[in-house]
Amino acid sequence: MELVVNGHRTYCYTGGKTFDAAKPTVVFVHGVLHDHSVWILQSRWFANHGWNVLALDLPGHCRSEGTPPARVEEAADFVLALLDAAGVEKAALVGHSFGSLIALEATARAPRRVTHLALVGTAYPMVVSPALLDGALNDPQRTIALVNNLSHSTMAPPPSSLGPGTWLHGSSRALMRRVLASNCTANVFHIGFKACNDYANGEAAMAAVQCPVLFLLGAADQMTPPRATRTLLGRAPNARVVTVEAGHALLSEAPDATLFALRDFLAAA
Amino acid sequence: MPGYSDPGFDTLALHAGASPDPTTGARAVPIHLTTSFVFESSDHAAALFNLERAGHVYSRISNPTNAVLEQRVAALEGGIGAIATASGQAALHLSIATLMGAGSHIVASTALYGGSQNLLHYTMRRFGIETTFVKPNDLDGWRAAIRPDTKLLFGETVGNPGLDVLDIPAVADIAHAAGVPLLVDSTLTSPYLIKPFDWGADIVYHSATKFLSGHGTVIGGVVVDSGSFDWERSGKFAELTAAYDGFHNMVFSEESTVGAFLLRARREGLRDFGASMSPHTAWLILQGIETLPLRMERHIDNTQKVVEFLAAHPFVSRVGHPLIESHPSHALAQKLLRHGAKGAGAVFSFDLKGSREQGKKFIEALRLFSHLANVGDCRSLVIHPASTTHFRMTDEALTGAGISQGTIRLSIGLEDPADLIDDLKRALKAAEKAGA
Repeated sequence: MELVVNGHRTYCYTGGKTFDAAKPTVVFVHGVLHDHSVWILQSRWFANHGWNVLALDLPGHCRSEGTPPARVEEAADFVLALLDAAGVEKAALVGHSFGSLIALEATARAPRRVTHLALVGTAYPMVVSPALLDGALNDPQRTIALVNNLSHSTMAPPPSSLGPGTWLHGSSRALMRRVLASNCTANVFHIGFKACNDYANGEAAMAAVQCPVLFLLGAADQMTPPRATRTLLGRAPNARVVTVEAGHALLSEAPDATLFALRDFLAAA
Repeated sequence: MPGYSDPGFDTLALHAGASPDPTTGARAVPIHLTTSFVFESSDHAAALFNLERAGHVYSRISNPTNAVLEQRVAALEGGIGAIATASGQAALHLSIATLMGAGSHIVASTALYGGSQNLLHYTMRRFGIETTFVKPNDLDGWRAAIRPDTKLLFGETVGNPGLDVLDIPAVADIAHAAGVPLLVDSTLTSPYLIKPFDWGADIVYHSATKFLSGHGTVIGGVVVDSGSFDWERSGKFAELTAAYDGFHNMVFSEESTVGAFLLRARREGLRDFGASMSPHTAWLILQGIETLPLRMERHIDNTQKVVEFLAAHPFVSRVGHPLIESHPSHALAQKLLRHGAKGAGAVFSFDLKGSREQGKKFIEALRLFSHLANVGDCRSLVIHPASTTHFRMTDEALTGAGISQGTIRLSIGLEDPADLIDDLKRALKAAEKAGA
């Protein structure tokens, strides 16, 4: 469905179901060079199990108009504005990678509006190496290949986003190329990486969170290794931590394990 | 296998899509000969049918052994995924039927496998899909043939049997300017000799019967999507961008930004047409792919030696391989193919200086070369296209495809090259004598 957020057309995938304000809502926020389609399986499951799903395309990404957010705080304000546009008072927020920082900051800014916070493939600080930042800006295709390799942990994933027969290295690379090409005026690769690297409010944001928190991590994640969550975990002593056998692309490499962790977390609280 | 670099071709040929079986420890890919797969619960069943979870339901739609093959070929091609089919022809039909219906139009190369030409010229026409054929190297012809209802451009990496190399970058540009994808049959080159996606093709298919399998044992096909064609931007493919009431009103391009073609091809094409591959066939093709790099090197080494022998033989009037500098595709082959012109593959034709009867005598005198209707076997093969694979074509169409009544087609296998040359030498002598 399309919403107008801050004056711009904004796309949200609803999992194949019509938005129903009477149901609880879960918002999925994607990472750098991704879009709503990385959540294809999880979002369809929730949409068919009693939830409203809003799997958004961030501004300036693929189907959404607007300027790509250059800071996590800016993206967080966008998510809260999206809830307003949808007429949703409270929602669960689920974010992957860059999206996890956006979800965290949005929760901190409006703690009473967020019922659950799930941080998938997260880290704080989310340091992006100078080489990757430079590559995203000056050699994006080569850097996409590098990031794509670092994001995957196996050459033999289970049936995934497109069903059996999906070659995840290829589908992820194709999506990253498509998202980059979707914005001909801004390099959403570099903007996203820089926003991750610049974000400095993580500890304060976590301290402001009032809802249950899930850390959903990939044991073989090289982009945001599980050890890189220590700082945030120190501020969230009651958080649930689930580690699945996958890399940074755990949504597609371990789709069932990711779904079950989210399902159990959203059902419990 | 986390790392900084893309795994190499030889590594992917052995490992893509497969790891030791988690329940038995089997190192080789198991053959899952089962029609169907038990659901964990009613909710699991519903989730699988509704694409909320990924998994196997029924082997017409997907199967774990087939899925390994699909991932492996997709990996070797640099694609996003693949679908294994009952044959190469089924892969071509699945591609066409996913993209269009009655009232659509295709522009295709004249240099096609006879079965593909037949499908397009006769059979698809009966279902309301017309095809205009153009010479593969006639770029103005490709442009001129495009109509408002054109949905697809289609050619072979190296056209059968004249080895006209398709100028994939140029034809892809023409296709994309018209808002349609380029489909390429890469059977004769395999992903080892060219990766059409690297040059701009959008969808690739193989008759896996040939070099992928490599042993002349099974019939199979596989279609691979690059994920690069933007169906929504094109605006010509409601099949992929509008709600499909045959599958939960799904808008495939909305579900997957890059995988709409594969989603519909599997959810509609395999489901309804049912041209699926047997898991046993998939397993045999996987065995072939594991040695594809080694075999292709030997195929083209042997071919080079045979081409050089034939080109120097006084009873041979023409050798149709881009290794010959006068071949019209020599320069393009040098540019596009791995190993340059040598990479134009191991299937080529040549003409005898003699009558049709002498050609017949030649084929019958061969001992190592088997006279049959296949290519891409580990054994060397021979056939007379005008009376077999292309026999339905008119003289005009034959000429268009670069075939004469005296053309002989060879598929060079993995035997000792000296033995192949001895066999050809003996048969050429017999043919010469027959004309005396």
